[in-house]
Amino acid sequence: MRFVDEYRREEDAQAFVRAIRTRVTRPWTLMEICGGQTHTLLKSGIDRMLPPEITLVHGPGCPVCVTPLTQIDRALAIARRPGVIFTSFGDMLRVPGSTTNLLSVKAQGGDVRMVYSPLDAVRLAEQNPGLEVVFFAVGFETTAPANAMAVKRAKKLGLPNFSILTSHVLVPPAIEALLSSPANRVQAFLLAGHVCAVMGTSEYGPLAARYRLPMVVTGFEPLDLLQGIHMAVSALEEGRFGVENQYTRTVTAEGNRPAQAVLAEIFEPCDSAWRGIGVIPKSGYRLRPAYAAFDATARFDVQDITADEPKECIAGEILQGRKKPSGCAAFGTRCTPEHPLGAPMVSSEGACAAYYLYARAAVSSA
Amino acid sequence: MPMGVVSFGGVTKEVCFAYTPEVVPGDWVLVHVGFAISRLDEEHALEVFRTLKELGELSDLDVPQPARGS
Repeated sequence: MRFVDEYRREEDAQAFVRAIRTRVTRPWTLMEICGGQTHTLLKSGIDRMLPPEITLVHGPGCPVCVTPLTQIDRALAIARRPGVIFTSFGDMLRVPGSTTNLLSVKAQGGDVRMVYSPLDAVRLAEQNPGLEVVFFAVGFETTAPANAMAVKRAKKLGLPNFSILTSHVLVPPAIEALLSSPANRVQAFLLAGHVCAVMGTSEYGPLAARYRLPMVVTGFEPLDLLQGIHMAVSALEEGRFGVENQYTRTVTAEGNRPAQAVLAEIFEPCDSAWRGIGVIPKSGYRLRPAYAAFDATARFDVQDITADEPKECIAGEILQGRKKPSGCAAFGTRCTPEHPLGAPMVSSEGACAAYYLYARAAVSSA
Repeated sequence: MPMGVVSFGGVTKEVCFAYTPEVVPGDWVLVHVGFAISRLDEEHALEVFRTLKELGELSDLDVPQPARGS
């Protein structure tokens, strides 16, 4: 497909690898924020093509992975109720809660449905006036405008039977939390291109300046990532910091203004819990008071449900780039995509799933 | 709600254009969970190949042409 295939050509990838090799003189640690980028890196083998001086660590940008266990247990409690159609993106269905997952609730008779878009959930609410339709609204800034529009639409249509269970997270506060930790070893970031397509790049300038490191807005195809790495390594080698944009075909400095306007109308920033990491100040969204009627947590009275993270899963360290999936004692043995201990092994954006799928394939074909 | 149809390499889907009112039929767009969130800038789409050329890693013949479809 046009604007996809060109960015996957092997000979161009090799050319970028040569350019990176020419540029690098000492060890550097880079973090790619988005789980989609992690999967491209592993799938295309970029991690194995790079010179040994460059270490890529994988960031927290997997929305399903960082959704706290408490929210999943609340989702399960709502999905079990009679008279409820519980809707979710497909990735979420197999994520383990404390005792079960949404797919098992469905198998036991719960009306759990996978939707492609939050607007599909609104449509279900229109078509089923006698039932409560709940949408599990997870995601980063890329997904939040779609979820916001679903709420706006439901209000306009006057749908009393639609609500959302929110678990929205924001990238800049998570980067701030990573950088302010004494354990941090990240020296440059590949920012998530699709998050920036919505929010623009203005939030990152002050962060890059305060911590004096390069941040490169990067796309998702192999050539995008290689160019992003080349730009980040060049900046590191020259001692430059600040925000650069590799993904100019999609991202502008101001971002998507209409989406930002709807986000600001429906949501307000709030402190948010990240699975395995903990609460990060002002790192999430909740519904504004004018839209509080659409809050499923209050409607189904599940605010008292809380849960502790399983001890054996090191998702928190994986999501902060402190450990790699292959460094986990349970990886590939007690934790597999069929029987996951934690979300990073389930999600299509999870780092553990990427290592399981692609790193294992590389070993078995060697 | 402004809706439209997007072809994903031949598979078509209905997509919401509330966030990209500037899009006209024939444009390339980035779609996420049923919403077009960005119009693809075809001029900027070739930048990566210009960079490769500047790095001396690509010959003139290898630069993809804007008019080439798939």
